[in-house]
Amino acid sequence: MNRVTPRCAVNLLTFSSLVCFLLLLYTQTAEAKNSEDIRCKCICPPYKEIDGQIYNQNVSLKDCNCLHVVEPMPVEGKDVEAYCLRCECKYEERSSGTIKVTIIIYLSILGLLLLYMVYLTLLEPVLKRRLFGHSQLIQSEDEVGDQQPFANAHDVLSRSRSRSNMLNKVEHAQQRWRRQVQEQRKSVFDRHVVLS
Amino acid sequence: MMDNGGFCNDNYHSLSSDDELVDISDVTVDFSEDVPPLIRDYSVGRSKADWRLHNSPKLMDLMDDTVPGIGTYEDFNTIDWVREKSKDRDRHREITNKSKQSTLALLFSVSDAFSGWLLMLLIGLMSGALAGGIDIAAHWMTDLKEGVCLNGFWFNHEDCCWTSNETTFQERDKCPQWKSWAELMVGVNEGASAYVVSYFMYVCWALLFAFLAVTLVRAFAPYACGSGIPEIKTILSGFIIRGYLGKWTLIIKTITLVLAVSSGLSLGKEGPLVHVACCCANILCHFFTKYRRNEAKRREVLSAASAVGVSVAFGAPIGGVLFSLEEVSYYFPLKTLWRSFFAALVAAFTLRSINPFGNSRLVLFYVEFHTPWHFLELIPFIFLGIFGGFWGAFFIRANIAWCRLRKNSCLGHYPVLEVLLVTLITALLSFPNEYTRMSGSQLISELFNDCGLLDSSKICDYSGSRTGSVNDTVSNGLADRPAGPGLYTAMLLLALALVFKMFITVATFGMKVPSGLFIPSMAVGAIAGRLLGVGMEQLAIYHHDWNVFRRWCSPGADCITPGLYAMVGAAACLGGVTRMTVSLVVIMFELTGGLEYIVPLMAAAMTSKWVADALGREGIYEAHIRLNGYPFLEAKEEFRHKTLATDVMRPRPSGPPLSVLSQSGMTVEEVERLILDTTYSGFPVVISHQSQRLVGFVLRRDLVISLENARRHQEGVVSVSAVLFTECDPPASLNAVPAVKLHSILDLSPFTVTDHTPMEIVVDIFRKLGLRQCLVTQNGRLLGIITKKDVLKHMAQMANRDPDSILFN
Repeated sequence: MNRVTPRCAVNLLTFSSLVCFLLLLYTQTAEAKNSEDIRCKCICPPYKEIDGQIYNQNVSLKDCNCLHVVEPMPVEGKDVEAYCLRCECKYEERSSGTIKVTIIIYLSILGLLLLYMVYLTLLEPVLKRRLFGHSQLIQSEDEVGDQQPFANAHDVLSRSRSRSNMLNKVEHAQQRWRRQVQEQRKSVFDRHVVLS
Repeated sequence: MMDNGGFCNDNYHSLSSDDELVDISDVTVDFSEDVPPLIRDYSVGRSKADWRLHNSPKLMDLMDDTVPGIGTYEDFNTIDWVREKSKDRDRHREITNKSKQSTLALLFSVSDAFSGWLLMLLIGLMSGALAGGIDIAAHWMTDLKEGVCLNGFWFNHEDCCWTSNETTFQERDKCPQWKSWAELMVGVNEGASAYVVSYFMYVCWALLFAFLAVTLVRAFAPYACGSGIPEIKTILSGFIIRGYLGKWTLIIKTITLVLAVSSGLSLGKEGPLVHVACCCANILCHFFTKYRRNEAKRREVLSAASAVGVSVAFGAPIGGVLFSLEEVSYYFPLKTLWRSFFAALVAAFTLRSINPFGNSRLVLFYVEFHTPWHFLELIPFIFLGIFGGFWGAFFIRANIAWCRLRKNSCLGHYPVLEVLLVTLITALLSFPNEYTRMSGSQLISELFNDCGLLDSSKICDYSGSRTGSVNDTVSNGLADRPAGPGLYTAMLLLALALVFKMFITVATFGMKVPSGLFIPSMAVGAIAGRLLGVGMEQLAIYHHDWNVFRRWCSPGADCITPGLYAMVGAAACLGGVTRMTVSLVVIMFELTGGLEYIVPLMAAAMTSKWVADALGREGIYEAHIRLNGYPFLEAKEEFRHKTLATDVMRPRPSGPPLSVLSQSGMTVEEVERLILDTTYSGFPVVISHQSQRLVGFVLRRDLVISLENARRHQEGVVSVSAVLFTECDPPASLNAVPAVKLHSILDLSPFTVTDHTPMEIVVDIFRKLGLRQCLVTQNGRLLGIITKKDVLKHMAQMANRDPDSILFN
């Protein structure tokens, strides 16, 4: 029942490696928790003639109160207690490593996608034309949304065969993906059939 | 299959006496072709387990799966729920039977049962991680329009100034490490030139982000645009849209969602997060055979995934499950309830551990006030509900009209230009007003905030707060104070922002970038609520001697909380647009963390739903489904007309006759010609064209694939070969050309109704069983067929709508 086909195995392998990589990144960033990533923030509202002030310090949770953080204390003696009662101190933590890793991953994926888009729209037709000549280019532009039922069946049946050449397989997969995207683009953007 | 060969030779003469009652006056009935009724062999020789293994009735023999593609569906078609559910039951039965044989099989059956929970865990982890990444990236990119952090370009404004000591009480975000674009380019931070440069950079960044978003969507995954919830609703009701929940759609939706939100457009990310979570679920389903092969089981997982989506968007697991139950799912078995909750909790926990907002909160506008409310305040709350209802009805009508315009006119031919234009207008008009310049979630968070001594924003500028006379203001915060000048300007700006947001959201929702509408609707409601709240507050202060206020507003006490009005307004507007009921209230009180406000929220939500329902029947998602013509059979409407099945079935008296296949009289060529000439997605199989007695139903896709396969692989099949749907060969053709045996793809138990069945019952059957087609018989003979599309067209006709708007099958 649970036959592991090669494709399924490859998928599983890529997925698990991605998960491992991400976990590794996150644990590394979590371990390197610098002292800069914790703080105690005290907000003190205006009191008598003193303006409102915000105090930040890198102290731990047990020291996070008005007496430790508010330095220099703007009031003297018996006013300190009244002043401190109005202040609110909060302990906050963040992970700058996570933020850095996330932004860098995001920007790199965005950059890769943009490069791939530029390649697909601008460079690939030029390259193909130079390598294969005009005839091949025309041939790859056909098969626009076949309505014939038997062509569809042909597609389904032939997809299940194994191909010998790896490069052929990649090329074929890319062609199939581009055809799918073209179909989707026609339904969404041109004919406005789905997702108006 | 040869076990049952014995049945074919015996029992030909077991005619029941009922046959004589059939009117066969002008019809020649050939009983020799009948497949005899199933007679179970209870003989002693076989053990009971053996019998069950070999003779258990299966709906269709699809378990060998020798021909790939049988049992799958065409794109833009509806699945057959009954077939999928029975396939799953057969599979489960087989595993249970085999588990009694060996330990390995027992372990396998345990792991099969456990795979559902493992899948939920993985979905929760993946969605939570993605949502955390989206939040962090969106926060950073939104601030990128203002300036950049010199400490590390990846910090947003708040994180850049996290450790700095230069922040003041008035300007919480000032620090030397954060440089605005004006400072970097012109050198100064104040003045006219700095303002112009900031304006220009803001508009440029907004246009750049929007352009990147729409070109990526167009180039890689056109299905990634829009909210996604109408299409997911349709998918969950049984429709197939291939590629809608694929990996490219997931990648593009994640990336472009961040870009779209950061570009300052009036949209939110809750709807797209539901789509992202469903994509994760669909991708993870491919690792589990149980869910990969079965469309019905997969939809159970997708229901759970939509709960996960809302849970990570709002930090509300229970609200997410209720949202999935109420809005998105079509069938929601109880098993899914517990699993959805588990997945939503795992996702919320993952999101919390990633900590995108730096304060262990899940959502930017989590508020925690507990100030009490007075029951007389229900009147303004109901008024907010009425406003929400009107806003909902207006928004739905305007948005559908705009989308219809986009669909049918030349506006739809320039999607990139449209996005750029809308972004330009939004950026130009929103920069001058500080309340539209900030992102939607930040605006809502500020409006929900209950003003206290520690706040210094304009909206909390009550006069007397700065003089600070010790005597009367020591412990009561900002209660009972007249508004200061800052508050008046804030109210004016907020009123302008309200008008702006009301109109720009109409044009933004439905564009070709990922867009949600929870945040914009909540923003509109929050602004309206806050305005009303501040108005009530000032009324109470200046007229505290009125009878109404004297009872509950003692001087110096906190009597009106504008933050609560903002919350109630947000709930009312969201309810008016989406028509959510329970899920809305639960999400809102999970956001606030307090049970005190359930009654105001419920009052506003109910009023808004009633007013909006009075003005227009459908919520925004149903309206979009109807606009696109998806075959969605609404489960909430009642069918009240007195038509019968004969009025709806096809063939119509004026149309072509019913296309049927006979069980043994047709050749391959004839069948192929029938398939080519028609576009029906299935054909009934009858005993013969004269008798029209029903045998079963066969789907077009299965027929096409099987015939193609037979032509290629089976020896000796030519165009004149016979096509047999019977289980055993008729004796005549033993020495002729080999026949194509298609018994395995025939559905032997199609649903039938008689011609006098009322349409109410037929619609009920379609809804409850998830049928795709239903055959109509008269006196035992096949008369016609009713498909789901016919039912939908009939309902549209009865409601005086255009029946041609149903596009899909």
